[in-house]
Amino acid sequence: MTELKSWLLAENPDSRAQASLGRAYLGWRRFFCNPLAMIGFVIVTALLLMAIFAPYIAPEGITSGLTGAELKEHRFQPPSAEHWFGTDGQANDIFSRIVMGSRITLIIVGIVIFTAPILGFIIGTVSGYFGGWIDVVLMRITDVFLAFPKLVLALALAAALGRGLESAIFAIAITSWPAYARLARAETLTIRKTDYLAAARLQGAGHWRLISGHIMPLCLSSLIVRVTLDMAGIILTAAGLGFLGLGAQPPTPEWGAMIAEGRDYILSYWWLATFPGLAIFVVALGFNFLGDGLRDVLDPKSGGQH
Amino acid sequence: MTSMQTAENADIAIDIDNLSIHFGSGEDLVKAVDQVSFKIPAKQSFGLVGESGSGKSTILRALAGLNTHCGGQMLLAGEALQNERSKAFYKKVQMVFQDPYASLHPRHTIDKILAEPLAIHGLDNAERRISEVMEQVALPTKFRFRYPHQLSGGQRQRVAIARALILEPKILLLDEPTSALDVSIQAEILNLLNRLRDELSLTYLLVSHDLGVVSYMCEQIAVMQHGKLVELLEVDEHGESHAQHPYTVQLNLASKGYDREVIGQFIDHD
Amino acid sequence: MSDLPNSDQLLHIDNLNVEFPSVHGPVQAVRNVSFSMGREKIAIVGESGSGKSQTGRAILGLSPGNVTADKLVFDGTDLQTLSMRDYREIRGKRISMVMQDPKYSLNPVMKVGKQMIEACQVQMKISKKDAHTRCMDMLEAVRIRDPKRVFNAYPHEVSGGMGQRIMIAMMLLSSPDLLIADEPTSALDVTVQLQVLAIMDDLVKERGMGLILISHDLPLVASFCDRILVMYAGRIVEEIGASELDQAKHPYTRGLLSCLPSNASKGQPLATLQRQESWLNSSLDAEGNLV
Repeated sequence: MTELKSWLLAENPDSRAQASLGRAYLGWRRFFCNPLAMIGFVIVTALLLMAIFAPYIAPEGITSGLTGAELKEHRFQPPSAEHWFGTDGQANDIFSRIVMGSRITLIIVGIVIFTAPILGFIIGTVSGYFGGWIDVVLMRITDVFLAFPKLVLALALAAALGRGLESAIFAIAITSWPAYARLARAETLTIRKTDYLAAARLQGAGHWRLISGHIMPLCLSSLIVRVTLDMAGIILTAAGLGFLGLGAQPPTPEWGAMIAEGRDYILSYWWLATFPGLAIFVVALGFNFLGDGLRDVLDPKSGGQH
Repeated sequence: MTSMQTAENADIAIDIDNLSIHFGSGEDLVKAVDQVSFKIPAKQSFGLVGESGSGKSTILRALAGLNTHCGGQMLLAGEALQNERSKAFYKKVQMVFQDPYASLHPRHTIDKILAEPLAIHGLDNAERRISEVMEQVALPTKFRFRYPHQLSGGQRQRVAIARALILEPKILLLDEPTSALDVSIQAEILNLLNRLRDELSLTYLLVSHDLGVVSYMCEQIAVMQHGKLVELLEVDEHGESHAQHPYTVQLNLASKGYDREVIGQFIDHD
Repeated sequence: MSDLPNSDQLLHIDNLNVEFPSVHGPVQAVRNVSFSMGREKIAIVGESGSGKSQTGRAILGLSPGNVTADKLVFDGTDLQTLSMRDYREIRGKRISMVMQDPKYSLNPVMKVGKQMIEACQVQMKISKKDAHTRCMDMLEAVRIRDPKRVFNAYPHEVSGGMGQRIMIAMMLLSSPDLLIADEPTSALDVTVQLQVLAIMDDLVKERGMGLILISHDLPLVASFCDRILVMYAGRIVEEIGASELDQAKHPYTRGLLSCLPSNASKGQPLATLQRQESWLNSSLDAEGNLV
């Protein structure tokens, strides 16, 4: 173990791999020293595991399938040993639904991560790098998208594409990329005039090489931090859309939709809305902590130097 | 006549002919470089001195293709340079920047920094070239996989020089290569540059505000003020140049140190 | 160096240490620095990381590190026992500091004149009108040709040399007894640099101030100051009269001089400085041998 540690922390690494692993290890160590970041990391990892093994963890399915007298008997059960988080109006086990719902939350997060930030990142770096009319055109397009209120656009999309998770994700992605484009552009502008970029240009590097090999790696860390911090907001927006009935449709166990279902009974059966609400709260908090921790590790202004 | 001219031209590495560079327009027009001409023979060191804003760095950046020029022309071995530089140009001309803390990519290891130019030009034998060039600039191989922040200022400047040399250029543009370094480190870097020039038959264009450095390094010095070339000096083997122009004379006096009486007679050239 | 208070003695420092905590244990930026000075011009010279700036900051009580000293006496006042408030009082009125780059010392969104008047009022508690007169006088004293224009200019509208003159004018508003200048001219062109030094020189002479000039430029300070303290790795390795610099004993001082290109002959490699482990702890004896 100590051998591995000294290998990782070697002042004079012998290979590319050792150098980058050593760097990763230093970041990892700093990450571990930050208790809040670790809490966030644990929460997000737990969410991930929960989503992967959801069918094995959930004691029941997402619907009880009960009808008639049985349904009447089993619905609106308060939390108990049998139903940890109680049951809802359809006698569905709320704990099982929350566990299964984590998959939906992760799908939303996953799809948004692999669309909006990447699109915004490319547009932002290209815009900042070239400047001039390319910058003007791209940034005005960005402004147009920034001017759409998220929820109103989602409403319009839901009307056009039909209600459902897909339109919700689409609406979130399309309204959140401009923020990343702005961020990437701002970062690019600060490094555009640096000597090391001039040096790379003087070696004959083409535009794409400069953007992808020299500018993007420097902007990437702040983008990752921003995306992680935004995850909480994205989850909340998705839940909000579900709550308004525009996102996932019943009986899909989307957390926001579950709160909406429980809204009518909040006074008599508090657990219907409370537990999905707590789930959203914990996951959003987890992503925020994780983002803060990542910022300490990755942010080029504070980190990266040692 | 023509054959003689070509023979003469072949020995001129850089020919700056009536170069003008302006920034802005209308009332804000700044003539950063105003009709400057000089020739640099191959394998010579040519110094450009002047105070800040004199346009010396602007000329260097224009040669490198980082600024566009708007009047006159720049010839490289007899060939006029266009505003758009070709890849082949960068194999002939490379540049070393002033601040070694700002000229190396913070997220690249030394290895990556040196491999990048080779990759851009599709050259093979990267392993051999990198260790060769590190040896040339006297960088121990143990530094190869370090990041720039793990090196001292002098070591970083060696990396920057190695990066410039790895494409085997014939001309190095040196933009105040030692002004961000301590004097003892400056001596090491200047020695290194002199040795490399002899070993690799390089031509240097050295920009500096330090008359001492330029006199030591160069055979010819152009003194610049407010974008104009005020005097062209030959430096003799003792490092002496016989300045005539009052501005150069004053610059010379100033570099000799503090003397209250001499300073009282300084003229503001603003 | 007697322990008795000496009227000529403006500043007396004995065994000054500055330490910074770090992950690898404490780092000593300044080690056992002792010197005293009167109303004279002394220079602290060294390369980056030699502790010269930290020494200046420690005197002003502005060091972020852990400062200890056997004695730190300014004009009869023990600086170590001062409260924050009293220290501030001394810093404003009796010891002033000029920093390297005027760009970072002036507020960019406030006119030069307003900043000067504010400083003047805070330090001297005089009326705005008196402050105005005094500021104009000071701008003239640092030989600014058109003080009215400069007074009404924003910091970005003045040149580097002008900015540094403004800084010096501000530092001199309260007629301090000691001026600490940390690389005050390194960002300036060589002729401007000398002109700014000349202004400081004249003011020091006229007002009988003490000046500590912190610099990396050994030949320059040798032509400007009375005495030179050469620092290496946090210690003063040699203290020498400026006129006797060519007789410097310490190999480090001599190395610094010999590696200058202006002292070398063309075509010959420059002498390089071979740093010795032994310099870290040994010192010069009376005969000039390292012990």
